[in-house]
Amino acid sequence: MRNAPTDPGPLIPRNRAAHPVAYDPDYKTSVSRSPKWPLLSMESTITEETGPVFGHGLLGPLDNNLILNFTQGEAPAVGERIRVHGRVLDETGRPVPNTLVEIWQANAGGRYRHIKDTYFAPLDPNFGGCGRTITDDDGAYEFMTIRPGAYPWPNRANDWRPMHIHYSIFGSGFGQRLISQMYFQGDPLIDLCPIAHTIKDRGQLDRLVAPLDMAGSRPMDYLAYQFDIVLRGRRQTMFENKPEGM
Amino acid sequence: MTQTLRRLTETPSQTAGPYVHIGCIPTFAGNPGIYPEDLGLRAIEDGALGEPITITGAVYDGTGWALRDAMLESWQADAAGLYPGQPGADPNVNGFCRFAADKDSGDYALSTIKPGRTRLRDGREQAPHIAVWITARGINIGLLTRIYFDDEDNSADPVLSRIEQRPRADTLIARKTGEGRYRFDIRLQGDNETVFLDM
Ligand SMILES: [Fe+2]
Repeated sequence: MRNAPTDPGPLIPRNRAAHPVAYDPDYKTSVSRSPKWPLLSMESTITEETGPVFGHGLLGPLDNNLILNFTQGEAPAVGERIRVHGRVLDETGRPVPNTLVEIWQANAGGRYRHIKDTYFAPLDPNFGGCGRTITDDDGAYEFMTIRPGAYPWPNRANDWRPMHIHYSIFGSGFGQRLISQMYFQGDPLIDLCPIAHTIKDRGQLDRLVAPLDMAGSRPMDYLAYQFDIVLRGRRQTMFENKPEGM
Repeated sequence: MTQTLRRLTETPSQTAGPYVHIGCIPTFAGNPGIYPEDLGLRAIEDGALGEPITITGAVYDGTGWALRDAMLESWQADAAGLYPGQPGADPNVNGFCRFAADKDSGDYALSTIKPGRTRLRDGREQAPHIAVWITARGINIGLLTRIYFDDEDNSADPVLSRIEQRPRADTLIARKTGEGRYRFDIRLQGDNETVFLDM
């Protein structure tokens, strides 16, 4: 029964057409890592409707400042200073408050601080490349960081990733879990990127491109980009007290 | 013409890529000091009630090669079948855990307690299970599956019962290999491809 006051409601079924295809030969690694069988589609259960809750106490004061957090404020990272901000909403338009947002990215030269990244662009001794924050009551979040560089990657003979920031968002239920990437307005490499184009609906891909937000920038300090995120919503109705139909 | 529907569309997924570790588990990735510790390091804390278990396995691609770069997350109930946040749930069960394939062997390990049976809105019971979400380079949208246990009665579980091809249900069942030890392999593609869920 869903008359328990704590029942947040079932998740709205995922619209898979809004997402990338699993198998895309232009993104070669997906060929051997994409399931061939259809997914088993079912109504969500309590397993997917609940999820971990992270409190604001988790956060250190520099967690959402990638310019400073690798050196704990000792020395700033190299690169074009930017502020990236937005809101996390769900499909019903409600804000998603108190949810963890994690990001990671390459440095200004397009190099990740990762053992597997062998690109010869130099590491920045002052840049780690990850940050995290928790949305406020309106679902709003913000990060200070540097604009990541584009980088080449082994796929087709000369593929380059557009400038991007990787995002991980939790929501309030494990079934809302989402990892995605933010791109930057005006980057010509977006049109050439096979990873971006695993999303076949151009309107959906455009939703990953953050516009320049001059009003959110600060003169003589940083530019701003706005990146809003929409997670799966929940069905909230009085008419939920019948057994699940097949 | 009609009214405009007041609905938003979910933001599309993108692959977590090869460097997911520096963002989600930076200490594991060799970049300590940004956070005190990685998120989701432990599914349980000392004093969690229930049977301690360790589940080991690997994530295989369509050629049978174990992924060295997969990151996994798990979510589960406590031994009484209550999820963290539900009234009366065991305060020593975090429920959530994040872990990665070993960069040399590809094996992962999850140490936790065996979850209890959980209940659906309509009163039906779910057999003990742990939800698992898999991300890696080449996976364009995270893959959701479940770990069930071969020493539990799974016969009435609503999810397992919905798998039309009965042999495929076995792909969701961990095999007991010793006292408190289970093996659960995930096959992204090919023979015995794991059942992935859209829930
Ligand atoms: Fe990347």
